[in-house]
Amino acid sequence: MSELAELVAQGITKSFPGVVALDSVDVSFKPGEVTALMGENGAGKSTLLKILNGDYVADSGTISLGGRRVTFSSPSDARRAGLRVIAQEPEIAPYVTVAENMYLGRFPAHAGFVSQKEMTAKAAKDLDRLGFAGLLHPAAIAISLSPAQRQLLEIVRALIDDPQVICFDEPTSSLSDHEIDVLFACIRRLRQDGRAIIYVSHRLREVFQVADSVTVLRDGKLVGNRRVDSLTEQDIIQMMVGRDLSDMHHRESHTPGEVRLRLTEVTTDDVHDVSFTVRAREIVALAGLVGAGRTELALAIAGDRPIRSGKLEVDGQVLRSRTPRDAIERGIGLAPEERKAMALVMIRTVKDNIALAVLRRIARFGFVSDAKERQLASQQIERLNIRTPSMRQRVENLSGGNQQKVVLGRWLASGSQILVLDEPTRGVDVGAKAEIYRIIDQLAAAGAAVLVISSELPEVLGLADRVLVMENGHITGQLDRAEATEEKILALAMAGQLHTAASQPETSQEP
Amino acid sequence: MPQLTKQPASSKTGQFMALVRRLGLENISLVLAITVLALAIGSQNSAFFRPSNIAAIGSYIVIMGLLAVVETVVIIMGGIDISVGSVAGLASVLTGMVYAAAWGNWWLSMLVPLLAGVACGLFNGIVVVFGRITPLIATLATLSGFKGLAQLVSNGRAQGYTGADPVYIFLARGKILFIPTLVWVLIIVAAAIHIMLRYTRLGRDIYAVGGNDTAARLSGVNINRRILFVFVLAGVVSAIAGILITARTGSGQPVSGSQGMEMLAVTGGALGGAALRGGKGSVISTIFAVILLGVLLNGMTLLGVNPFWQNVAQGALLIAAVVIQQLSSGERRVGLPK
Repeated sequence: MSELAELVAQGITKSFPGVVALDSVDVSFKPGEVTALMGENGAGKSTLLKILNGDYVADSGTISLGGRRVTFSSPSDARRAGLRVIAQEPEIAPYVTVAENMYLGRFPAHAGFVSQKEMTAKAAKDLDRLGFAGLLHPAAIAISLSPAQRQLLEIVRALIDDPQVICFDEPTSSLSDHEIDVLFACIRRLRQDGRAIIYVSHRLREVFQVADSVTVLRDGKLVGNRRVDSLTEQDIIQMMVGRDLSDMHHRESHTPGEVRLRLTEVTTDDVHDVSFTVRAREIVALAGLVGAGRTELALAIAGDRPIRSGKLEVDGQVLRSRTPRDAIERGIGLAPEERKAMALVMIRTVKDNIALAVLRRIARFGFVSDAKERQLASQQIERLNIRTPSMRQRVENLSGGNQQKVVLGRWLASGSQILVLDEPTRGVDVGAKAEIYRIIDQLAAAGAAVLVISSELPEVLGLADRVLVMENGHITGQLDRAEATEEKILALAMAGQLHTAASQPETSQEP
Repeated sequence: MPQLTKQPASSKTGQFMALVRRLGLENISLVLAITVLALAIGSQNSAFFRPSNIAAIGSYIVIMGLLAVVETVVIIMGGIDISVGSVAGLASVLTGMVYAAAWGNWWLSMLVPLLAGVACGLFNGIVVVFGRITPLIATLATLSGFKGLAQLVSNGRAQGYTGADPVYIFLARGKILFIPTLVWVLIIVAAAIHIMLRYTRLGRDIYAVGGNDTAARLSGVNINRRILFVFVLAGVVSAIAGILITARTGSGQPVSGSQGMEMLAVTGGALGGAALRGGKGSVISTIFAVILLGVLLNGMTLLGVNPFWQNVAQGALLIAAVVIQQLSSGERRVGLPK
């Protein structure tokens, strides 16, 4: 498998009922090169990856690997041929060790017997070879891993059988900066070994850090392939959206009003002594690394996690939520991090999802008023510019950005004045991102108190009037808009534990 | 991709597709299947189309229909209740016993089993919500437990005699506007549940809990209360079915007439397109599915098919219904289904 293979796809066309997802796209991925594959959601990236991986079969077009025509009818075909797509969502067996997960399906066995000791040693060697030795311990039980470590495990698992073409699909979404550095070092090593690497990410900064060239898709067509060093961020964005988004973080400061949300020494199971305020017409960002406790804090504010001590005040009155409904009634709306899993009823309509939190208000004697419901839904669809054929469209058929707008619409419909937005632009394409930033700004201008949790520093800096930084369950600092820089935020986010991203090797009980 | 090709709204195909969407593909296929099956059976045995036989099918599907309709609600919420048959048996036997003990007090003989249905449903709900047991396992346990209770209180024998009471006679054999009273009970219960699901907050919450319980919770739905309600509803409707069993047979039956009904209830729901993973389903489709089941089982009897084949046919139908559902969901066929 040492020969250098170029992956070439020509004239790839794939249509689904009503949509042409890919329209005779020609792409090639050269050995020894990192090619960033970019495009807005719906541009055809995932369809292309699925075709390359054998999940879908193209309607027409050819794929060749190292000059030979190939046809993959399943991901295992693709894997055998030396092509590996690393999934965004790690699929990991929870109650076995990291080593077992690494060799799942191909345990090193003698006459059917597997030696744990031998496997652990082999895993340690492989982890070392790939550069992840400090981050993953072969004997650790997978369930104890952090989300970042799980993602790394998924990556490691794909790399141990030396694929010639490796595709990373948003690999950094749950990684902290330190882990990203390690991953990038690994990617650079793979490039040196002559592997062809496809890198899919919405994060422009990463593309400049790691990629050699950029291939951009828009509306199912190839826009172009360019060398990274000849491009600026604006160029790429323009290629992706076909328009200039230089005012992406257009943000006007509004004079903040009275304090709407006040936390005083709030302690939950995950966060400790958290105190801060959010005023009307103010956007406060909560920055920090993944796992710092921000999401848990958001859930506590929304009434879904118990507050053990300290107090939470809304408009000057103490709020003791036992359920999310208590918080909702006081005007708190949470757009959770995992939109599909936690916010949306995917198989129900846009209208149903928007109305979900206000049904009690638009119902008389328990009967929901269809007219009021439709009116509310169409108001939000118009106000937020939700792109959907009709309000009776199922939410699962919308793009990520429009799904997020449906979640925002739910809270606007219920008149929430305190919005807690956890990673509001995760999985949202660049064009819709700018739109969501604008909406957040407008909401603040209209008097809402907004708390935005974000791991994307440009987003934090672009949006916030004030930045709170959390680390390990504590607030480690507060920065004003004027003084906040990426460096200062990162320094606070990693104040205590610069080197603890690596797992503490555990003494594991083997099953 | 016919539904997305752009056509002037006035064109015939456009109107046809709009009609199909409005009626629902499930309903249309079910009605077609019922028609084809009825014609096939009728061509072999003309007795099938006699009014008496149609009425017999109607009465036959009432018990199954009640249970299937309420099972649909449980399935929409993302659960399942396989104890419905046992609750019906317990209710049936209590009806007979209370009737005998209360010297023919018919309303008391209905109230007590209904309360027992509430208690059974509440127990199921509490075990599921607070015991953290999946509905399948919880109600598998109470399937056995409630049946045991019915046998214990009755010593395993039929109880009481309601066959001479005018109220029970009217329930079992009376007619209103040429339609058997039994069928009216199903129509009323099904209509009430349909309205509840479609037009009330409660119904919308049930769809939301089945579609995504976390999203429902974070949107302020008290999901525990909704789950308890649905199991109680299942208990009550099962009890109604049990009372009707007693009315039809003239005495309280601990197992006969109700045993195995959970199977038909789930089949009815699944055949009507209720998604076993929750969030989707409709009472109307379930009723069509129940009619299909009734016609099939009646036809098999009319055509003299060995009754043991009926069990095989029921099982085959359940598998077919769910397989069709799962294949159209586009899930990858790998490993254990979720």
